[in-house]
Order: sequence, then structure tokens, then C-alpha cells
Amino acid sequence: MGTRKGMEVSIGIAEAAMMADVDVVSAYPITPQTHVVEHLSELVADGVLDAEFVPVESEHSAMSACCGSVAAGARTFTATSSQGLALMHEILFIASGMRLPMVMAVANRSLSAPISIWNDHGDVMANRDTGWIQVFVENGQEAFDHIIWSYRVAEDHGVLLPIMVNFDGFILSHVVEPIEVWSPEEVKQFLPPYDPPYRLDVDNPWTFGPVGIPDIYLETRAAHNEALIDSQKVMEKAWDELHEVVGRKYAALECYKTDDADIVFLTMGGISETCMTSVDQMRDQGKKVGVIRLRMWRPFPFAEVAKELGGRKVVLAVDRCLSTGGPGGPVASEIKAALYHLDKRPHVVEFIAGLGGRDVTIGNFMEMYDKGAAVAAGAALPPYELVGVRE
Amino acid sequence: MSSDLTNVFAAKMLPQRELFSPGHRACQGCAPALAMRYMLKALGPDTIVCNSTGCIEIISSSYPESAWGVPWIHVAFENSAAVAAGVEAGLKAMMRKGRIPERRITVVGQAGDGGTMDIGIQAISGALERGHDMIYLCYDNEAYMNTGIQRSSGTPWGAATTTSPAGTQSFGQHTWKKNLAEIAVAHHIPYVATACVSYPFDFMEKMKKAAAARGPALVHVFAPCPTGWRCPSNLAIRLGRLAVQTAAFPLYEVVDGKYRITQNVPHLKPLELYLKPQGRYRHLTDDLIAELQQKLRERYAALVAKAEASQE
Repeated sequence: MGTRKGMEVSIGIAEAAMMADVDVVSAYPITPQTHVVEHLSELVADGVLDAEFVPVESEHSAMSACCGSVAAGARTFTATSSQGLALMHEILFIASGMRLPMVMAVANRSLSAPISIWNDHGDVMANRDTGWIQVFVENGQEAFDHIIWSYRVAEDHGVLLPIMVNFDGFILSHVVEPIEVWSPEEVKQFLPPYDPPYRLDVDNPWTFGPVGIPDIYLETRAAHNEALIDSQKVMEKAWDELHEVVGRKYAALECYKTDDADIVFLTMGGISETCMTSVDQMRDQGKKVGVIRLRMWRPFPFAEVAKELGGRKVVLAVDRCLSTGGPGGPVASEIKAALYHLDKRPHVVEFIAGLGGRDVTIGNFMEMYDKGAAVAAGAALPPYELVGVRE
Repeated sequence: MSSDLTNVFAAKMLPQRELFSPGHRACQGCAPALAMRYMLKALGPDTIVCNSTGCIEIISSSYPESAWGVPWIHVAFENSAAVAAGVEAGLKAMMRKGRIPERRITVVGQAGDGGTMDIGIQAISGALERGHDMIYLCYDNEAYMNTGIQRSSGTPWGAATTTSPAGTQSFGQHTWKKNLAEIAVAHHIPYVATACVSYPFDFMEKMKKAAAARGPALVHVFAPCPTGWRCPSNLAIRLGRLAVQTAAFPLYEVVDGKYRITQNVPHLKPLELYLKPQGRYRHLTDDLIAELQQKLRERYAALVAKAEASQE
């Protein structure tokens, strides 16, 4: 049985990596990720965690060193944010393409310019197609659980892919929450030691990262894509096992008060809890509204999204990122792609909220609902809206 | 350094086993490929090579073939030092935690001159500064040969490349070759050396010393590229020797900060002997050759002075 403690979510993430008994942590400081790696370096300095802490000179080298240590067979952790994730971009594709399972916590933060340390999902959305498994958590407990869970999934021999655990910068990274810390027995029961099928072994030498000529590149990418899509089964199995071990149940989507809801919000990450509070208030007013939260972003849960959203009148898609000059928000685009083939499609009313740390309030959600209700009543579908933008 | 490392080598005493196999796709007369062969003869099978993108990577690893008889990894262009640092850290942690048996394994990060002196310099500086127990090897053929002979900061003054061409207003590369060994020395690491494939025993001895050093070591091996230097493919070894004998590329090592010239050249040969067979220098006038020779000799004299000062 775990112990419930109040702790900053960043500290919780570091403690979870420690409980996973990582061998190597390689990271470069960037706000708001710093508390995660500071705490890990303290745990190493105090001998609580037996690991190599590699304080690299850039995020590019952080991700590169992670590739090296995973290839050597070591369980590896890193964390970053925003510009740091952008600097890693090149190597992210290689980490996944070479099927190097590692776990990275991403404290989501907006991208420059203008420079902003505050939260949105611009950083991760720019890395959507890097071939990593990507999940979004909404609170400290979920963050803690998903670090341990990620190793279980990533290292599965049927998966062998790196995982990004996205948690909102400041909104989540810097708040103190009650977190039930797993017992060592629970971790042991859930997470076997890393047993790499291939590693840089002088007794059994392999060539990692060879040239892929046109004859083989396509097949390699197809295999990677298939592995990423198929990882959903392993993710679900690991969620089931996590439920058995610690009693918390997770899935690709989280539905809140949606059973009879004609209008549903579609959210990702920390604002989902604000959204749920607003839904509670609207329910008190008799409005049939709920929230569906995407936990799993890559692979994209097309079937689950179609099933849960298909029968609704209106979906209020709340993005935390703007696809500049494009269709609006990246999440809404994918939601629409998941619904397009259905005979009966809901209207998708699109909002882009909380860019660069702009507060998203209960009032904002209420206004979004009103716009969705108007569409449900027959009003024309408005173009996507940047919530709260001053003209 | 233990004394058995400085034994006199003879070709017959070298391991027969080829850990860098023949049959790879290098051009005829490729000296960097020879450097790989010699490196692994010196280091043996308990070696892990982390390779940057570049000539050696593409000629040796075209799937499903591989020339590598040791574990080998290629991640990207600018990061082999960081990858090697990660491998070293991973092995260290796993050995300490009993996940794999304790064993001395040599981890090498390597790249060409562009992958080292240009795009890779930050990762290399970081790895050297952090003190990883690894070797960084630069195989220097003095330009981006893989992409078609573009200039790098390792391209020497006066050499024409496809992005530093000679023209009516240009004599080719107008900047001085970056001094990689000195950059490494500035990190106060235990071992730094320059080497040349034309002096294979000297090179192999230096690789062994680099492997024996506890902490980071850097070896900068000069490796002529007949394709890029626009010369016949049978001249690679001769040009390497002439580069040393004319002070275009002096051979020395720096052990714990002490300089030692490992190939003394009391009577430097005229620089034109080295330049004339190479098409990349064919535009140089006698005046420019004289200017280049003077600069090289001044630098060599300064190096000799450092070596002498180290003996005091």
C-alpha cells in the first residue's frame, strides 16, 4: 500500500523516476522543468538513487546521451520543456526510429517568440509526429503513476518506443498536490527490470543506426508506425495492471458526466480539471454537458474518439496550441479526422485557449458552452476562436 | 602511462583479426577508412564506437551490411560525443549496479573534421569537460567530403573546396585551420594527441594510450582524402607523410598538459612538395605558398618550444 503525501508535482515526477530505479538521467535545465531534474540530482548526490546524472551542455546533447545510454542497455530518464524540446527535435525522431525506449517528462510551455515561460501545448504539438508515444496527464497523481507506467510500456518488447509524459508547466509542475507514492513492492510487482532485446554489447556486437537506402527506409517507417499504433494494446494492458496494483483506473479517454450529454468539451492536460468544475456548475443549472479528456495523444485513439464523440450534438474542442496559418488547433483537426467517416457527425466548435499562460477560467468554459449551445440550436458554425484575445 | 604501451610495434605483431571489415564502400585510397582499421587493431573487440553522420558512417553501414565487428551506433551528425557520453554513463551505472559484469570497455565517439570542429564542437566540449571516460576521435580529411567537398573549419588556408573555391577574387579558404588539439588541451583532460594514418604504429600507440587514460582523451588523426584533395588515389599515404614532414600537420601528444613531439622533423621539407600533387592547391602562387609555409613553420616552432618547455 502506498503512502499519501503532499508534494510538488515536479518532485513527484522525480520520485517516480527514482522508484523506477533509472540508471541514467541526462538533462539540461529549462523553466519550468528544473525542479524535476534538480530533485533527481539531489537523490543521486544523497545516494538515494544509484544512477549516473549527466548534466549535459544542451538539450540536444541530453537527448543524444539518452540515446547512447538506452542503447547501452540502461534505463534512462530525462525531462525538458519548450525551447529545450524544440532543440531536441532532430534527435526525437532518431530515438523513436531506432526504437530506444526511454521516458521524458515534458513540462509543457509555449514557444518563442515572444519568449514566454508560461504554459501551453505549442512545444509538444511541434513534436507531434516524432514517433513517440505521447500522453497528457492532468494532476500530480496521474503524473506520478504515468512515469512508472511509461517504463512498463516503453520497454515492452512489442513496443520498444520512447514515451513523452506531458504535464502542464507551472499549472501542474509547480503546485503541491496529494500524491499516493507507490510502495517498493508495488513498483516491483508492476515494473520488471529493463531487459533490452538488443544493446551495445561487446560480446554480441550489433550495428545501431545504419543507413536506410530507399529499398528499406519505407519498410522501417512502416514497422515503426505499426509498432506505435499497436502500442495502444500494451498501454491498455499496463493500465489494467496498474489498476490491479494500485487501484487507480486509467484509459485512453476520460469521460466526465458524459452519459446523457449532448454537448461535450474535449480537453487535454491540466485545464480539464477547471473544465470539470465548470461542468459541475452547468449541471447544477440543468445543462446536459460533460467533458472528455484525451489522455492518449500518440497513438491517436481514433476508435475511442469516434465512439465517445460520435453521437453528440456538439463537441467543444479546446486546444492549447495554434496551428499558425492552418486549420486552427491541432487537437480539433484530429478530432474532426476521427469523426469524418461517421454518418452522424457532431458539430465541432473550436477554441484555442490559454496560449502562453493566459488564464482559462470557469467563465471561459461557460461562454464556450453558450456558443456550442447556439450551434446545437441551429446557429451557423463559427470559425475557431482564440479565447480572450484582445482585438 | 604504463611502459608496455610504448613498445615498438611491428606489422607482424598486430592482431590479424579485422574488426573493421574490408568490402565497405569507401573510395579508393580512403585514409579515414584506414584509420578505422588501425583504431580497432589498437583497441580490440572490447570497444563501442559511436559514429557521427559522415563519410565513415555511410561507407560502413549501409543496411543490411555493416563493416563493424564491434558494437557501433550512429545517431546524428553533431552529437557523437554526447552519444558516447551516454553510452559511457549507461555502462558505468549498469556495472556499478551489477546489471552487467565489471569490465574495461573503451567507448569511442568519432566524427570527421566538420562533425568535430564545426557542428559537433559544443557536444565535444561538453563531454570533455564532464570527464567521461571515453575517447573522442576526429578523422580529419579537411572538408565535408561526404556532401561533396565543402569547406569546414578544418579546411586549411589556401585550399579550394566547393564552397571555398579559388577565383579571381579568392585564393580558396582564407581562414586558418581550427586547432582542435589545443581546444582539447584547454579542457585539462589527461590525454590529447595528433596522429596520421601514414604513421600507423604511432597512431595505434596513441589510441592505446587514449584508451588507458582514465577520463576523456582526444585523438586528432590526419587522414588524406584523394577524392576531395583532387589527387591520385595512391598518394594518400605519401601525402600524409609529407604533411608531417612539412609541418602542415605536426604529430605530438599532450599527456596531463605536457607536450611531446612524437615525430620530430629537424629539417622540414619544402611545403610545395606537399601541395603540388594536390589539385585543391593548384591555384596557389609561389608567393602564397611562401606565405603559407612561413605561417606553418612559425606554428611548428611554437609547438617545439612548448615541447621543450614541458621537459624543463
